Amino acid sequence: MENIEKPEIEIAQLRRLIEMIKKRYDYDFSNYAMSSFRRRVQRFIELFRIESMEELIRKLELDKQFFKTFLSEITVNVTEMFRDPTFWVELRDEIIPSILMNKKEFRVWHAGCSSGEEVFSMAILLDEMGILDQVEIVATDIDYSILDKAQQATYNLRNMEEVNKKNYQRFMGKRTLEAYYKVEDGKAVMDKTLLRNVQFVEHNLVNGEKIGVFDLILCRNVMIYFNQTLQNEVLKLFHASLPRYGYLAIGSKESLIWCEYANKFIIVNNNEKIYKKIRD
Amino acid sequence: MARFDHISSKYKLIVIGGSAGSFQVVSRILQALPEDFPLPIAMCLHRLKDVREGFAEALSLKTNKPVVEPLDKELIKKGTIYLAPANYHLCVELGQTFSLSTEEPVNNSRPSIDLLFETAAYAYRDKLIGILLSGANRDGAWGMKKIHERGGLTIVQEPSECLIDTMPASAMQATRIDYVLRSDQIIDFLRKLHKQYA
Ligand SMILES: C[S@@+](CC[C@H](N)C(=O)[O-])C[C@H]1O[C@@H](n2cnc3c(N)ncnc32)[C@H](O)[C@@H]1O
Repeated sequence: MENIEKPEIEIAQLRRLIEMIKKRYDYDFSNYAMSSFRRRVQRFIELFRIESMEELIRKLELDKQFFKTFLSEITVNVTEMFRDPTFWVELRDEIIPSILMNKKEFRVWHAGCSSGEEVFSMAILLDEMGILDQVEIVATDIDYSILDKAQQATYNLRNMEEVNKKNYQRFMGKRTLEAYYKVEDGKAVMDKTLLRNVQFVEHNLVNGEKIGVFDLILCRNVMIYFNQTLQNEVLKLFHASLPRYGYLAIGSKESLIWCEYANKFIIVNNNEKIYKKIRD
Repeated sequence: MARFDHISSKYKLIVIGGSAGSFQVVSRILQALPEDFPLPIAMCLHRLKDVREGFAEALSLKTNKPVVEPLDKELIKKGTIYLAPANYHLCVELGQTFSLSTEEPVNNSRPSIDLLFETAAYAYRDKLIGILLSGANRDGAWGMKKIHERGGLTIVQEPSECLIDTMPASAMQATRIDYVLRSDQIIDFLRKLHKQYA
């Protein structure tokens, strides 16, 4: 049965909340996709038994620690290893070999890496190609607490078996996924040496600063939480962070075609949504 | 044939939800729709977990109508039939676009009918029609309640005609349902609706 429901959140109340957060904490949610942002706020209110939007705004304004909790609850962190296995096959068989034609060492950025499953997928892929030590990886997220989790590299065993293992099989890796973790106290503990060339950094894509230049950027299932205005802004940042002919991969159900900067990219693989920068 | 008091040209979107036993019914309904049916239709149909591809294609083939899985932020276009892609929630934004989400499953389902219905009701208010078909769980009941609360029209498939009636029955318990219809009556309703837009 449903919980007792709080009254429905009005758009005007959401705007007030967003305004306060911007002023007080300098995080800007005004260009997030409203339907999911509204539901995340609703969920937060129910989870923390808050009476009204007014109360939520008041509490958040007063209590910085509470805001940090809010920040990590409001973001959607659900992720998988080797999510969309055909995407990872394409990376292994086409994209990375083509990067390697021009350089021996290269750099990868995981923007919105969440709890790290995507980063491990990349590290495993590179390890199986025998080039893990030729690649420098930077993994960023807005949510500091999820970055902690990524670095602990300890995952739910059931997810590992029901989701990640199946994905890895469809990716047709060289080994089995079990080769990369140990089971301890009912949890899957990943082999942390896979992370030896990975740097985790807290970074907000909204008004985000450039953090370097990368040959390959993965930003999958992150911009679905943004509206088109913000997607376009973030695309500009990625454009500035790629050399010419650098690659950008987004989620397989996302699209850039409605962005103003789209004409500076060509699509290399439309099923897997992999783009290549062709113009400065 | 039934009389419908709610036929009007004010509606702008139809959402359809279904689970076990709904594939045949949806196929029949879509097949019977006039070519120039004006309203967009957004569907959330549960499917087997491992069947990720080919569902929209199967529906297109069976119904002779293009069925598309929308991309994130795709504009909701007139007369187009949309199907929630596997493994994502399909949501409706203000400003007539879809958005996708990878949030945790709701009622064990991703896509979840409740999320599609609730966000559509938020954006379209009384310009929305919700249709809930055969299914073996409670997904959609809360969404129907939201549609009703926000002034939209609620229709469920007649439980006795359903392969499994848990879904429409739960919705009938959760909220007021405007019409309880067999699938041929749903088709009749949509045809009459179509005439309003001529
Ligand atoms: C659904 S996860 C995607 C994880 C992974 N890339 C995947 O495809 O499975 C979305 C992540 O984006 C992060 N995120 C949301 N807004 C962000 C922002 N403004 N800047 C950076 N990361 C953000 C969230 O914290 C969350 O961890």
